[in-house]
Amino acid sequence: MQSETKARVEQLASPAGDPVSVLRFEGDIASTSKEAVLGTYQALPKETAKLVLLDFTKVDYINSSGIALVIQLLIEASNLGQKVAAFGLSAHFTKVFTMVGITKYAGLFATQTEALAGL
Amino acid sequence: MSETKTIPAPVPKATTIEVRLPSRMGFEKVAMATASSVAKLMGFRDDRVDDLKTAVGEACINAIEHGNRLNEVLNVGVQLSVSGDSLEVKVIDDGKGMNKQTGKIATPDIDRKMHGDEAARGMGMFLIQALVDEAEWVAAMDGNSSYVRLVIRLDKEQ
Repeated sequence: MQSETKARVEQLASPAGDPVSVLRFEGDIASTSKEAVLGTYQALPKETAKLVLLDFTKVDYINSSGIALVIQLLIEASNLGQKVAAFGLSAHFTKVFTMVGITKYAGLFATQTEALAGL
Repeated sequence: MSETKTIPAPVPKATTIEVRLPSRMGFEKVAMATASSVAKLMGFRDDRVDDLKTAVGEACINAIEHGNRLNEVLNVGVQLSVSGDSLEVKVIDDGKGMNKQTGKIATPDIDRKMHGDEAARGMGMFLIQALVDEAEWVAAMDGNSSYVRLVIRLDKEQ
């Protein structure tokens, strides 16, 4: 019933020229998405991935278990000194992420351009 | 120039819709879609429909995972009752539930989660209570079932 979570990584550069790893998610983000969310994140090269963007543009459904995976990702990123931002969330999930306090540890932006500029 | 106004389809004054879900993750989306359809028929704004969908989804996930402990022999019952300008949703499972709870549920503490002092999970009840107008958790006296009752009401300006 839950649509499989797909994730792929793309390397971009910030306006300042710093390398940025973009994790592009697709489908549902729920309890079954651990490998797609955390596994994909953990496979990033730790030496170079200092700026990380999460792309939710193609994500249809996120439940509280999925939000918990994002928080786990933020915990690991914080421990590694990485900066994380997200973009492409619907207005509803932007509200939900804000309600649970994620905005304190990851900026939320409407578009990739805004997120890159905000890193 | 004349203004076009969308008038919601009439919904009978008191209507009940029931759905039974298997206790399997993912089937909460059936209840979410049903609640969304009913709320739209009643004329709720899109943002309120999204709030309701998330609250119903989280209630069903709790019922599937904690109430029925993923036992697919057991069903989760979802009853939607339309009455005037309010929509009540009951999500019923076969678990023992918890003591009747209507008080404010603690807001997740992101700092404690980030420092490992609080589990990353455990936000479902908070989201339910925050996204609807009323939420209560009720355990049956016999200890064999429990339900969460959610209510959303049409805003006056809708």
